[in-house]
Amino acid sequence: MIPSMEAGYIWIVIIVLGVGTYLIRFSFLGLIGSKDLPDWVLLHLRYTAVAVLPGLVAPLVLWPAATGGEVDPARLSAALVTFGVGLLTRSVVAAIILGGATLFGMIWLMGAY
Amino acid sequence: MPRATQKSYYWIGFRTGLPFLLVVMPFGMLFGVVATEAGFTSVQTMAFSSVVFAGAAQFTALQLMADDAPFLIVIATALAVNLRMAMYSASLAVWLGRAPLWKRALIAYVNVDQSYAVSMNRYEDEPDLSLSQRIGFFFGAVTPVCPMWVVATGLGIWFGDTIPDWMALDFAVPICFLAIIAPMMRTLAHMVSAVASIVLALVFSGLPYNLGLLVAAAAAMIVGAQVEMWMSRRAGA
Repeated sequence: MIPSMEAGYIWIVIIVLGVGTYLIRFSFLGLIGSKDLPDWVLLHLRYTAVAVLPGLVAPLVLWPAATGGEVDPARLSAALVTFGVGLLTRSVVAAIILGGATLFGMIWLMGAY
Repeated sequence: MPRATQKSYYWIGFRTGLPFLLVVMPFGMLFGVVATEAGFTSVQTMAFSSVVFAGAAQFTALQLMADDAPFLIVIATALAVNLRMAMYSASLAVWLGRAPLWKRALIAYVNVDQSYAVSMNRYEDEPDLSLSQRIGFFFGAVTPVCPMWVVATGLGIWFGDTIPDWMALDFAVPICFLAIIAPMMRTLAHMVSAVASIVLALVFSGLPYNLGLLVAAAAAMIVGAQVEMWMSRRAGA
């Protein structure tokens, strides 16, 4: 249970995030042509996804909450397989399927549950 | 040879977007499970998925709220996760910028990583497509994925605790993100930026208010941009 989870607070987060996210998505499509954008801004925007998502995932892979923050061989190898397959095949779907198979295979082998 | 019509491009897009259901279904269900466990009501959880409509940012916000991070940090970090969509918006504007405003407004609402990626690939492969063919393809690619995101969230709420532990649903999020990130490693600059993001996020994981990810992301963006500039200088020299 989230400590400060009052209904009003949750709704404010939902609305502010929803409006903010929509404005980001609409930005250039709606208001400004991409030609008006300075090159240095575009240069940095190209790296937003690779700058945010790996940092978000790294602690979840190394210290998963499901094992109480202990490094878990099943989750670690599933993560490596997912990333490796994604790199080699450039296919999101292949990466997910093989990564998931690794996760379940390892969990089954280790008899964790 | 007759040109394919707008309608047929809609279906081409539809078939291209279909495999992403494999990603969207577990991802959306997981959100339903995790959000209700965290104390969201069913209505709030459904509203979150349909209003914000961005899985990565939703999970980020949820995680930070569970850690009791301050409001501004929750908003700033989740929006930082979505900043990549400003780039999507800019590059889609090149191809779809002349569509009527109401269509662009709708395109913006349903634009997600997968629909952006397959649409841009198609536009670059077939630069001669008409505007209506491009729009048809985009909405086709979006059709299987977007409604199912909300449906999957509902299923997650419904199944809730009955999902067994061995399914390790907690790890659907990292797997999904890793699968999305890996094909993005197109250049050395992207790889260096990703490595910087990982190392800095781990190093700064102890910072108060969960500022670590925000600091790491800002630094990793600058690193990626600098490496790209350095590489193009080298190529030009």
